[in-house]
Amino acid sequence: MQQVFSIPKSMKKDFKYTFCPGCDHGIAIRLVAEVIDELGIREDIISSTSVGCSVFLYDFLDVDCVEAPHGRALASATGVKRARPDKIVFTYSGDGDFASIGLAESMHTALRGERVTSFCINNTTYGMTGGQLGPTTMMGQVTTTSPTGRNREYYGYPIKVAEHIALCDGTAYSARVALDSIPHINEAKKAIKKAFQVQLDGLGFGFVEILSSCPTNWHLSPEGAHKRIREEMIPVFPLGVFKDITENK
Amino acid sequence: MGKIVIDNNRCKSCYICTETCPKGLIKKSNKTNRLGDYMVEFDDPKGECIGCAMCAKRCPDMAITEVYR
Amino acid sequence: MTEEKVLIKGNYAIAQAAINAGCQCYFGYPITPQTEIGEYLSGKMQELGRAYVCAESELGAINMVMGAVATGVKAMTSSSSCAVSLMQEALSYAASDELPVVLVNVMRTGPGLGYIYPAQGDYNQAVYGGGNGDYKLIVLAPSTVQECVDLTYRAFYLAQKYRNPTMILADGLLGQMMEPASFGEYPYPEVDVSSWALTGAKGRPARTIYSVATEEKKQIQHIYDLHKKFEVIAENETSYEEFNTEDAEFILVAFGSMTRNIKAAMNVLRAQGKKVGCFRPITLSPFPYKNIKALAEKGKDMIVVEMNMGQMLKDVKYAVEGKSQVSFVNRPCGEWLSVEEIVAAVNEIIAAKEGSISGKEMESRYATSI
Repeated sequence: MQQVFSIPKSMKKDFKYTFCPGCDHGIAIRLVAEVIDELGIREDIISSTSVGCSVFLYDFLDVDCVEAPHGRALASATGVKRARPDKIVFTYSGDGDFASIGLAESMHTALRGERVTSFCINNTTYGMTGGQLGPTTMMGQVTTTSPTGRNREYYGYPIKVAEHIALCDGTAYSARVALDSIPHINEAKKAIKKAFQVQLDGLGFGFVEILSSCPTNWHLSPEGAHKRIREEMIPVFPLGVFKDITENK
Repeated sequence: MGKIVIDNNRCKSCYICTETCPKGLIKKSNKTNRLGDYMVEFDDPKGECIGCAMCAKRCPDMAITEVYR
Repeated sequence: MTEEKVLIKGNYAIAQAAINAGCQCYFGYPITPQTEIGEYLSGKMQELGRAYVCAESELGAINMVMGAVATGVKAMTSSSSCAVSLMQEALSYAASDELPVVLVNVMRTGPGLGYIYPAQGDYNQAVYGGGNGDYKLIVLAPSTVQECVDLTYRAFYLAQKYRNPTMILADGLLGQMMEPASFGEYPYPEVDVSSWALTGAKGRPARTIYSVATEEKKQIQHIYDLHKKFEVIAENETSYEEFNTEDAEFILVAFGSMTRNIKAAMNVLRAQGKKVGCFRPITLSPFPYKNIKALAEKGKDMIVVEMNMGQMLKDVKYAVEGKSQVSFVNRPCGEWLSVEEIVAAVNEIIAAKEGSISGKEMESRYATSI
């Protein structure tokens, strides 16, 4: 028999995820690790993570990593890339980190067209602090700080990150993917690879927004959470590639 | 004909794999882990596993560490 | 660089010294009175093929510096008072992450926005930290344009040698004034950063630079280690200068550009027959507590002169431990206290000591209680 699945080599030896049961962070990190393996770039990577569940990436991925204050991963990544343009730089953030506290840093990194790759896990809530309203919380969604659901009067509207990043002239690639099903997971991996490839080719900023589950704070079973991604999130946050400057070339 | 290897130290009993396997070969086991959750087990007496690796691709904890086909 | 002296503005001197020191990356955002640093470097760094980013904010700038220095290169940012406030979070992280960040603060007036008058109101923020947690920066305070050069060199060296964020605390007066200065060559050896710098996990285990330890014991040990390191810094790097302290009865204490006027005032007072000396900490952190204490133990009174409401004053009092009298002469911001004003104030303090002015009257005029 032939081995058709194994743990990516870019994962740390004897790692054990500390995420809640059913959390899609584990899948997202695995896909990043598989892409790093396939591109053969592990030894050239310097990553940056800031604050939230996403920060523990450095406990699992066997790559160099510098921690940044909350929201500043993209600024930190800019510093790394400018200092060492020969290295491959990526960030891994949650939606609060990337699109709320760090929106200025994220947008300007895209606008400058920094040759870095960035992943934003969108689970429509602040996971680590226990499920509060975040920048991507959907209209009507109940969180611990929107007990009657998100409404326009009190909370305003959620942000569609991948579309906004696609509007930046420095962005080479921007896509939104999901991790709720096998076809979507396969698409997600392709997008992650592409986001790295545009950096390797020196084309500009590569970005993937990843719709991901948070069963604990959504108070749903792991599969129930995936059903929510399919039925509630994807209609609001449509999947697809919003910018790809390599198309039609 | 295929087979999978489950690492019970990594499994957090989310049971996504049990719903993913197209042949229904991964089941809730009677054994519990140290948190008291029922672990999963690969039960393929008739050799029906096709080694599609869907279980491994959807396991959030990489508890399905190897798949063979 | 040439050994010849050139007439140069303080801000430009800092910028050119950074280039000479091997600063590979500058990240900054404009704010008066330090904008010339970024302006000067923008062209020069491009000429040299080094990195320059007009950051989206001071938050962005300091975090870019953190990312850059994590890879082992020298990098810096510069800013002023209210905008340095924006960087305090990152400085706390940099201290905990042990990242050799170099930051220039050319002070203006505070609190809040404050106008662009020079002032020395950021002593507390620089020395005691505006960020959270137990940490210390190395803080160097130049008093001349020549020192803007020398201390910029030293800042890059100390930051890497001790892996500690280091601040050059200048002020608007120094940043904007022209003086002759010679650059020479960067006088320090290159520090070996290969044991910790992030360069990709090639042929070695992956490295992580982070400040959070989820295990309590590790977190406790980390804080102890940081403080032990700072004790070593204090032991090795505390620096100051003193003039005429041997026979002095009164010692004028100031930092940064105020040192210029206390030296001149000392000369005037000496000519009047007053036994006055000068003491100036060059490193505000680590502060020369022992040296001030030694002078106080000999019965020498301290007269602290600052452009703030009494910030270094507290450290001087702490160093003196009540062993001699500490007086205070100040203005919160704006036009620097003139030599004449300082001379007049010192003469009154001396007169009060000799009993010709009542102590109460003195107190209401000069002394500031803590």
